[in-house]
Amino acid sequence: MAKRIDIKDVNIYYGKFHAVDSVTLSVPPRSVTAFIGPSGCGKSTVLRSLNRMHEVTPGARVEGQVLLDGEDIYAATVDPVEVRRTIGMVFQRPNPFPTMSIRDNVVAGLKLAGVKNRRRLDEVCERSLRGANLWEEVKDRLDKPGGGLSGGQQQRLCIARAIAVQPDVLLMDEPCSALDPISTLAIEDLITELKQDYTIVIVTHNMQQAARVSDQTAFFNLAGVGQPGRLVEVDDTEKIFSNPSQKATEDYISGRFG
Amino acid sequence: MTTATTDLHRPATGPAFQGVGLGRKVKNAVATTLVALAFLVAVVPLVWVLWSVLEKGLQPVLHADWWTHSLYGLRPYDDRGGAYHAIYGTVVQALSTAVLSVPVGVMVGVYLVEYGAGTRLARVTTFMVDILTGVPSIVAGLFVYALWISILGFGRSGFAVSLSLLLLMIPVVIRTTEEMLRIVPNELREASYALGVPKWKTIVKIVLPTAMSGIVTGVMLGLARVMGETAPALIVGAYASSINLNVFDGNQANLPLLMNDQFANPETAGFNRTWGAAMTLVLIIMLFNLLATVISRLSAIKK
Repeated sequence: MAKRIDIKDVNIYYGKFHAVDSVTLSVPPRSVTAFIGPSGCGKSTVLRSLNRMHEVTPGARVEGQVLLDGEDIYAATVDPVEVRRTIGMVFQRPNPFPTMSIRDNVVAGLKLAGVKNRRRLDEVCERSLRGANLWEEVKDRLDKPGGGLSGGQQQRLCIARAIAVQPDVLLMDEPCSALDPISTLAIEDLITELKQDYTIVIVTHNMQQAARVSDQTAFFNLAGVGQPGRLVEVDDTEKIFSNPSQKATEDYISGRFG
Repeated sequence: MTTATTDLHRPATGPAFQGVGLGRKVKNAVATTLVALAFLVAVVPLVWVLWSVLEKGLQPVLHADWWTHSLYGLRPYDDRGGAYHAIYGTVVQALSTAVLSVPVGVMVGVYLVEYGAGTRLARVTTFMVDILTGVPSIVAGLFVYALWISILGFGRSGFAVSLSLLLLMIPVVIRTTEEMLRIVPNELREASYALGVPKWKTIVKIVLPTAMSGIVTGVMLGLARVMGETAPALIVGAYASSINLNVFDGNQANLPLLMNDQFANPETAGFNRTWGAAMTLVLIIMLFNLLATVISRLSAIKK
């Protein structure tokens, strides 16, 4: 579990549009890396390229290498389905499967991969829900539909669903942007706990959040509309927020633009 | 700055709101009347039709023989017998239409939305489906007659009727599936991919179940619609006054054929049988619609 990611000279395109220009950065295992930057700077796009989710969009393609413990996930022989099984993802808006109960939502990944052993599924369900700090709230209504939970609970359900397949890396695309402050706090606490076992990359618009949860922060920016987004700098979170080496980072963090 | 503050302390002069003017009141009254009239115009014929069917068709339908006997060996003026043979034919023909059209239609719909989006083949298919939707039922009947009976040499049968209903049904199923798949949020597909679920499994286990209630409703409504189709039955089917359990071979009645046959019967018995069959057809279609509602409620997304 918990592998390291090395992004090497990654360029991302949507059809002819050059969306992200030459990103190189490393994510150490068992740590939280935050991607920050103004809208449209390509941080979500880079995140989605880390588990080959990017190519689900028609016309999208990636050039360069993304190494997971040294293995290129874009190598010709690699099955994107396997990559996504190893690198889980939590989305901006909670998206539990509406036709499934809470229990089935959590074990959906295993069930769809063909695991039938009821005992094992129940075990994984409890462990994942406990891992997502949701067990106490839902243990009496596991057979109720997942859509009946509150937004924050649904997002934790989605996190439980993502960790149920025991990925090596967890990607989070603005996981708190649709949640209230209390639910956000719950998720942030959870992220801090999860980093003991997982490598986490989180995209966030909330700079306080990046400062609170992450060990390393990457700042993305774009030169102008229609220009590709690029990585301005990446460093320890403390350094980025106290003494960044680039002027643009300082301007963004101090709220002078973006 | 100072002036602005003093302005705020000044009391407002005169009322800010006026009452509704006479012109607007008149316009409102006229529009309301027109809308109500349009509603009446739409509803009166509907109620009238239902009332006629109920008034003239209820009597024969209430007789127990109606549901258990055919018209075999009865003379035109015999006030006995039933529509058992035609009811059986209608249901069996509709079911074989469903069995054939649903898999084909759903798969085409899945292709159009999940795989072919934007490709040439998908555009051509959509165009063809549009054309097929507009094909009159009698043309579908003629086509099946030419292909199935003239060229391939099969006889007239209930199944030949099903085949022509199939041509009318498939575009309905494709359209319904397409529309229902399109409203399944993309986030669900992505959530499933992110768990390492392959695309085909995502479609079968996540996307289709989410769209299921809508597809079922559409199929049921489509079936209810084609069940009353008469033209294809007149061309490729043939009326029989006795029961024929085999849908593939020989003359098999259905309710529209029974009505067509008994409409030509000048006796009171003929009148009763025609309206009875009409009543039965309406009842069966209502039952299908009801079933559609129940199924879509049962498989609906739970909150």
